[in-house]
Amino acid sequence: MPLLEIENLHASIGDKPILKGINLTINPSEIHAIMGPNGSGKSTLSYVLAGRDGYEVTDGDIRLDGVSVMEMEADERARAGLFLAFQYPVELPGVGGMSFLRGAVNARRIEAGLGEIDHIAFVKTVREAANKLGIKDDMLKRAVNVGFSGGEKKRYEILQMALLEPKMAILDETDSGLDVDALRIVSEGVNALKTDDIGVLVITHYQRLLDYIIPDHVHILADGKIVKSGDKTLALEVEKSGYGEFTNAA
Amino acid sequence: MSATAETVRQVEEATGKYKYGFVTDIEVDKAPKGLSEDTIRMISAKKEEPEWMLEWRLKAYATWLKMDDPDWAMLNYPPIDYQDIHYYAAPKNADGPKSLDEVDPELLRTYEKLGIPLHEQEMLAGVAVDAVFDSVSVATTFREKLAEVGVIFCPISEAIKNHPDLVKAYIGSVVPQGDNYFTALNSAVFTDGSFVYIPKGVRCPMELSTYFRINEKDTGQFERTLIIAEEGSYVSYLEGCTAPQRDENQLHAAVVELVTMDDAEIKYSTVQNWYPGDENGKGGIYNFVTKRGACRGARSKISWTQVETGSAITWKYPSCILQGEGSVGEFYSVAVTNNAQQADTGTKMIHIGANTKSTIISKGISAGRSNNTYRGLVRMMPGAENARNFTQCDSLLVGDQCGAHTVPYITSRNPSAKVEHEATTSRISEDQMFYCLQRGMTTEDAVSLIVNGFCKEVMKELPMEFAVEAQKLIGISLEGSVG
Repeated sequence: MPLLEIENLHASIGDKPILKGINLTINPSEIHAIMGPNGSGKSTLSYVLAGRDGYEVTDGDIRLDGVSVMEMEADERARAGLFLAFQYPVELPGVGGMSFLRGAVNARRIEAGLGEIDHIAFVKTVREAANKLGIKDDMLKRAVNVGFSGGEKKRYEILQMALLEPKMAILDETDSGLDVDALRIVSEGVNALKTDDIGVLVITHYQRLLDYIIPDHVHILADGKIVKSGDKTLALEVEKSGYGEFTNAA
Repeated sequence: MSATAETVRQVEEATGKYKYGFVTDIEVDKAPKGLSEDTIRMISAKKEEPEWMLEWRLKAYATWLKMDDPDWAMLNYPPIDYQDIHYYAAPKNADGPKSLDEVDPELLRTYEKLGIPLHEQEMLAGVAVDAVFDSVSVATTFREKLAEVGVIFCPISEAIKNHPDLVKAYIGSVVPQGDNYFTALNSAVFTDGSFVYIPKGVRCPMELSTYFRINEKDTGQFERTLIIAEEGSYVSYLEGCTAPQRDENQLHAAVVELVTMDDAEIKYSTVQNWYPGDENGKGGIYNFVTKRGACRGARSKISWTQVETGSAITWKYPSCILQGEGSVGEFYSVAVTNNAQQADTGTKMIHIGANTKSTIISKGISAGRSNNTYRGLVRMMPGAENARNFTQCDSLLVGDQCGAHTVPYITSRNPSAKVEHEATTSRISEDQMFYCLQRGMTTEDAVSLIVNGFCKEVMKELPMEFAVEAQKLIGISLEGSVG
């Protein structure tokens, strides 16, 4: 069964249509990349998938594991296994990193009837996962994303993804604001998480992230529609010739 | 957090929104409604008080009769009918408990329901508890152990009989009878409360705490607490308060007086969770409280920490009179209002001595249609050479129908004194909410997490075991405020 099915998805902000009929199917263990110029609807797509308020879906359907998520709130979708790594991770002043991570993990555990996670075991799990991503203990003690550098914020997103073990992960412009070293660490983090079951949707403006996270399929988004799909060579093509051809086509 | 989620769920299942809304069915000895000299004589007789105490009460009553309800706070409530209140209600057979074995088991069960199992507390070393039920103290634990180091911890009604010299010397010395309308009323009709005396050089070996419970209908609770810390001593004291869910408003008018001598320190923490009324503002406690500490000795310190989530109306300004040279006053406050609740709370820091220091950290959270006012006074007197004050006052708005107000009063009569005031107002952003929801947290958990983060500087001042409770309480209080 497909993991994520997007069918004829139309969405607007206010009266303005942004997504104009998107069709996309992602099977378990596949990595898909969506590329597109600014304003093509990339971030809107990630928010609509995650169920953010303020976006009105005017037509179409989104199914996760065969079940429509259209009636589900953002938190229900998250607990059902949908994870979004934010382009701009949000600062939560005063909220300790550990409490935040524990809150997120426990929300899933409680839904699954597992009860809250053992505190000491959890600290150990987090430290190990953080270590792999080059996140220092000190960062885990600070308030969530407050005073983090761009690279630290993105690593912290991937740490959350590792701990939450989603079925379907959406990475929204995870490469923005990263230098080459950070890009490598983050990508290794993502690749390490990829199991046979997980689906990954990488949303990016530039091809360079796809040197590290190799996609099975690449889709070009322009003016709210997927205008071309192909394999990883499509990304290289875009790198060379730019988006001009697609925006004109749209 | 999910711990909160579970608590919230349990609470809803158990009793609806307010966890402590149950009523204990117990036989009571109650004064008829109304206030007169006779009522006061009756209370004094019930308590078997000495003559001087009765005279003190009657003097306060005479003062009260000449006074008016204060109207300067940002609060709206109908006039209180002081003749429509029972001024004394006591569980039968409960006056003068000697040990827990003599306490009515129904009462012990009540405290267990409140999360204060007195028996257990007595067995597991840790916290000594005085439990005040309506107008009387029903149990005080750990008294013998405290007595070994000379600490007196007992109901104030007992202190009046057994330690009259101490009570006479200090009662009304920090908060004079006629300080305000409610202190005059309290001085006339107070029924019980806690008395603490820490002798010279003693560090109190455990946390002391008092749990106040209003149970009876149409009853007022007028408790009086007096804590004296002699030279070089230290005590940490905590009070908690709950009341049943009732449609009528109930009055709570307490007075707390603290005194510290040279190098002494009192840390006073409050978790106030009186019944706040329902979503429409029906019922709830009117909480008019005067709390004040006098740092009489050099280098002495008084620290107030309060988490105020309950009451329909909160009118409360725990204050410090910084008299001793180099004495320190602190006020850490979280005030949460939701639905139709109103809070007008803050502090007063009066700097009299040289090199005195005060810190005020106030976090106000307003949700629903509530109004939350910080009102704080900082006064540098002519003798306050090199005195310092720092005030930080942050308001968080949840939703778009609530109000947050900051009313600082600052006067400096000493040119070497420094006063700093910082204030911010913010709201929980949609970005923050979505970030938490996307991680799987429910709206309630997300609000609780963000608000607890906002309050962190204050919460870390609470004793550990109460901080966890207080965090949950904040989550529960804000339930239904978003989405």
